[in-house]
Amino acid sequence: MSNSKILANGVDVYYGSKQALFGISMDIKEKEVTALIGPSGCGKSTFLRCINRMNDLIEICKVSGSIKVDNEEIISSSTDVVSLRSKIGMVFQKPNPFPKSIFDNVAYGPTIHGLVDSKNELEEIVHSSLKKAGLFNEVKDRLNEPGTSLSGGQQQRLCIARAIAVNPEIILMDEPCSALDPIATAIIEELIDELRLNYTIVIVTHSMQQAARVSQKTSFFHLGELIETGDTKKIFTNPDNSKTQDYITGRFG
Amino acid sequence: MNNSVAKEKIVSLRKKRSLEDMRFKYYGFTAMCLSLAVLVFLLYTIFSKGYTAFQKTIVLLEVDYNQEVLKLTPDSSDEEMEKGKFFRVKKQAIENFFPDLSKSDIKLIKKLFSINVDNEIKDYFLENPEVINTKQQIWVTAHSDVDQLLKGNSRRDVPEDRRKLNDIQLSYVDQLVEENRVKQVFNNFFFTKADSRHPEIAGVAGSFMGSLFTLFTVFILSFPIAIGASVYLEEFAPKNRITELIEVNISNLAAVPSIVFGLLGLGVLLNVFGLPRSTPLVGGSVLALMTLPTIIIACRASLKAVPPSIKEGALAVGATKTQAVFHHVVPLALPGTLTGTIIGLAQALGETAPLIMIGMIAFIPNIPTGLTEPSAALPVQIYLWVESAERGFQEKSAAAIMVILIFLFMMNAIAVFLRNRFERKW
Repeated sequence: MSNSKILANGVDVYYGSKQALFGISMDIKEKEVTALIGPSGCGKSTFLRCINRMNDLIEICKVSGSIKVDNEEIISSSTDVVSLRSKIGMVFQKPNPFPKSIFDNVAYGPTIHGLVDSKNELEEIVHSSLKKAGLFNEVKDRLNEPGTSLSGGQQQRLCIARAIAVNPEIILMDEPCSALDPIATAIIEELIDELRLNYTIVIVTHSMQQAARVSQKTSFFHLGELIETGDTKKIFTNPDNSKTQDYITGRFG
Repeated sequence: MNNSVAKEKIVSLRKKRSLEDMRFKYYGFTAMCLSLAVLVFLLYTIFSKGYTAFQKTIVLLEVDYNQEVLKLTPDSSDEEMEKGKFFRVKKQAIENFFPDLSKSDIKLIKKLFSINVDNEIKDYFLENPEVINTKQQIWVTAHSDVDQLLKGNSRRDVPEDRRKLNDIQLSYVDQLVEENRVKQVFNNFFFTKADSRHPEIAGVAGSFMGSLFTLFTVFILSFPIAIGASVYLEEFAPKNRITELIEVNISNLAAVPSIVFGLLGLGVLLNVFGLPRSTPLVGGSVLALMTLPTIIIACRASLKAVPPSIKEGALAVGATKTQAVFHHVVPLALPGTLTGTIIGLAQALGETAPLIMIGMIAFIPNIPTGLTEPSAALPVQIYLWVESAERGFQEKSAAAIMVILIFLFMMNAIAVFLRNRFERKW
């Protein structure tokens, strides 16, 4: 049994007066892939964005409850958001490389955090991050070309490399494959499987097949509530809750 | 409903719809043609009235640089030469302009020459001091009245008492033309001299420099403030009543008549702070206040146009808010902000009313060399010339309009260039 990495306890989220999450409590284990599934608007992305405090960007969003990362409370005004985010990388739904060169995209994180002292070190980090993201062989000859010139799948892997470059412990993925074709999706899924060895991954997905393929744990959200969480195998074969059963068999959602 | 009837109805409706489509297309096309025609007419009027201002009339004058008359010697120092009696040389040259002139005719002929002839005779001598004690044929500037007559701008068939030149003067001018002692050349004065009471030596250099200095002031003052204000409002400010109020008032300020800003400049900058009157510094400050809202609105629009995903990406790798904004959002918005600024500057360039309020309408016969020197500005210069009674200023004002239009056109071209050059796709 691995250790728990993220421990959420009674997380409520309000957008203005509308409550989006109702008392979410969840235990996310280290070096596992946890998939968050559920119909649109069920709050799974909202929960994901609580973990690295991306919800701070939304003015009307209020988060209460407790989320502990490595036993440290992060839902508090004294949390250092910058160091939190350097520990928790994020990959977004739509690939969003900076309109800069491929190299600069990956180098940005290490540079602002001062992780490197020399150009050689930076180059090393960029190369190793691109390798870990399985992109290096495809782009090694054109590191100076803009990141936006890559294909959608490559862009998404570039974003993964960008997230890895600051050496995080957790990677959050918000429907990383929804804008990609099946081949690019397969590559990313393979990559997630490899990354699991070194990182704790939380992935939001709309595709139940994807959740079944890549994750060890699955949590099912419905209307802002966490209905069921458990081993992926169990959720997809023998869920406890009838709503989960209905959703995974395609009866709603 | 019967099936075939329904079908017929659909067909007739479709015809009606496509006709509507066609009609609207032609409305649009007509509107465009109309505006284009007006524009062409405007440009044609300006050009046809103004192009003659780019030429001046010069007259061949035989000047005798006699050392006695000049009260100089070939060994005179430069300083002494400066003080030579060139007006006496000129007087002599005019007296001998035609053989056997009566005193009254000399007076009349004197009026055919520009007031600047003294200087031209002097400048020629200072450049070629070896011509002392020789006779030189020099082309000198003719009076504006002669210039206008030869350009066909003033008519000779009106009664004598309503003409600038009387019959005797006319006959002398005709004689000059016959003897090829008069010609038209490129009017360098128009581009090198400041304003003057004498149309033939009035130029736009003074007001052009004045406008340039004013725009410089506008840019220096408004660009940093506008960038700062828009970045703060767009990225950092909390969304509450106060910021909402500020936002609304920025839009309101953009619509405030420019003369109000002129009054502000007069009341506050001149009377309270005691800044020098009629200067580009004050004019630029007033115009900066006037253009600030425009530039802020443009800057905010271009900041808004940067996809939020870029900022999110930066924040997600652990950038601080300031880093995310200044490393990613601002550089991406820069072409848009620059374009907005240039559009604002173009607006400032054409503004007249506030400049009149702070005294930039004064007659300034010098080319300004700094921000705190009294100077004119192009639109005010045009206003002054249009107001002038002398016929010679008419073509000048049209030509000055051409200069300001070209100035504007170039600024807009720079804006377009910047936009295309630095625009990024994502």
